[in-house]
Amino acid sequence: MSPPVGTSPYRADVTSNAIWAEGLVKTYGSRRGSVRALDGLDLAVPEGSVLGLLGPNGAGKTTAVRVLTTLLRPDSGAASVLGHDVLREPGAVRRIIGLSGQYAAVDEHLTGNENLVMVGRLYHLGRRRSTQRATELLARFDLEDAADRTVKTYSGGMRRRLDLAGALVAQPRVLLLDEPTTGLDPRSRIGLWDVIAELVREGTTLLLTSQYLEEVDKLADTVAVVDHGRIIAGGTSDELKRQVGGERLELSVASAAELEAARDLLAAVGDAEPSVDVAARQLVVPVTDGSRALVEAVRRADADGVTLQDVALRRPTLDDVFLTLTGRGAEDGEADAVAPPAQRERPAARAGR
Amino acid sequence: MNAFTAALADGAVVAERNLIKIKRLPDLLVFTTVQPVMFVLLFAYVFGGAIDVPGVDYREFLMAGIFVQTVAFGSTITGTGLADDLQKGIIDRFRSLPMSRAAVLVGRTTSDLVNNLIVVVVMSACGLLVGWRIREDVLSAAAGFALLLLFSYALSWISATIGLAVRSVEVVNNASFLWVFPLTFLSNAFVPLEGYAPWLRPVAEWNPVTAVIAAVRDFFGNVPPPGTPGLPPPSDAWPLQHPVIASLGWIALILAVFVPLAIRQYRRAATR
Repeated sequence: MSPPVGTSPYRADVTSNAIWAEGLVKTYGSRRGSVRALDGLDLAVPEGSVLGLLGPNGAGKTTAVRVLTTLLRPDSGAASVLGHDVLREPGAVRRIIGLSGQYAAVDEHLTGNENLVMVGRLYHLGRRRSTQRATELLARFDLEDAADRTVKTYSGGMRRRLDLAGALVAQPRVLLLDEPTTGLDPRSRIGLWDVIAELVREGTTLLLTSQYLEEVDKLADTVAVVDHGRIIAGGTSDELKRQVGGERLELSVASAAELEAARDLLAAVGDAEPSVDVAARQLVVPVTDGSRALVEAVRRADADGVTLQDVALRRPTLDDVFLTLTGRGAEDGEADAVAPPAQRERPAARAGR
Repeated sequence: MNAFTAALADGAVVAERNLIKIKRLPDLLVFTTVQPVMFVLLFAYVFGGAIDVPGVDYREFLMAGIFVQTVAFGSTITGTGLADDLQKGIIDRFRSLPMSRAAVLVGRTTSDLVNNLIVVVVMSACGLLVGWRIREDVLSAAAGFALLLLFSYALSWISATIGLAVRSVEVVNNASFLWVFPLTFLSNAFVPLEGYAPWLRPVAEWNPVTAVIAAVRDFFGNVPPPGTPGLPPPSDAWPLQHPVIASLGWIALILAVFVPLAIRQYRRAATR
């Protein structure tokens, strides 16, 4: 039984969900025509749970977060946080949410401590309580040593941690994180995941946007896949994984003439029909037992005389999710609704689906 | 807390943050003061001999003009500061907090007022070195400085509106020259009004900058004593007959128009 993500929740869900949105539409006008950043987006996040909003750049994830955090007025639709309407009671919503955006919105010329004290005072915690909160958070985010240094001297990962700390100053029950780890090195990313996972264990309701399947898989209970401003699929991350499949075996061959033979051998070791990228002479197939399939593929290629240029085993990516769900790759366009569907050629070869 | 006290309380927090930046980036202040000091020296020594104002030393005549021009340019940092905060996403953070909608603007204009105050102090010292003197009492001098800063505060709100509308530091810088240069030059700052062509003279006479300069000159006593031989008949334009009232009127008008406009722009700028 799938939770009410991507489906139209009933009005009654306004109260039972920490975050709720229905039919959000936002259109941006530009000289070259208008772009629908949100096109009837529905969301429902029960209190204490984590929703991962997965989608490529320009899918509308950030726009959705901006609507939910009162930064942006939708053209139509409704949304509420803990029962407070984002349009009618923006002040009440701001008091109960924490937001950490895609770019660390911290002041470079202030120290880490000064940044957090300022945010606390703007939440009207008072100077003493703000200072106390700042000290707690700096310790928790492993920034104690850097507390009195200006943020200019911080690394990217430290800035993100400080920005996240800023979102937590008033101990919000609902937290919205917009691509919290984009642009971070793998080590900082894992560090930030640990911190977020801990918050979730403490019962914070979290809406998280990401371009990384691995990230939402690790952090979210429920995943909603966003494309062109609407939810195209939703469910638990296990359900999504079952749909998308496990690891991917990727081959590239030396010449286009060998594509057919390579496709046949991949079809034999994979769980589904391989997809073929003719231009890149590359083939991909989902596999269950990765290393066994890899060895088997190499063995068969050798026996069939197929020259492999590259063989790799990798985890499914956002692109694979989109390929599975929509039959095309994730677009990396700037929310251009009229752009041609997929840049990459993905011809036939999926007749079996 | 009502809306007004909330704006002041939150505005104070924002102003404090901006002032820390002045402390941490002293170069910024150095450059904003070097330019007016350079102006004082250039005008005093290059034009000092060429422009003759009957009955008063040109350097004394000049100071009020340079003061007003300097605070006018100083007020443009309000726009660049806001555009910078917008670009860096800091305005988004502020807007997601349960703080007053006017606080960022109140805080910014207040810290820029402090910035202008520092610049005026440095300039006064420089002026005193090249021979400028205040020839009225302390109270009158204080009134002159107060009017100067009040005017700069009003201009900050114009700059805020522009900064939030164009959203880019570089564009704000260019746009600032477009309004501050004509505003300050088409006035009595550097040459007496009598030197203007008849068609242009009313523009200069009704320029808010002219009224403020005339008032500040009066407060500082940098005007020729009445009855000085060779003195052209005083302008009979209303703002020059009542420079203090005219200045306060202009300041009130600018604030009445641009405070709501800037706040509206702030709400809209971040909702895009």
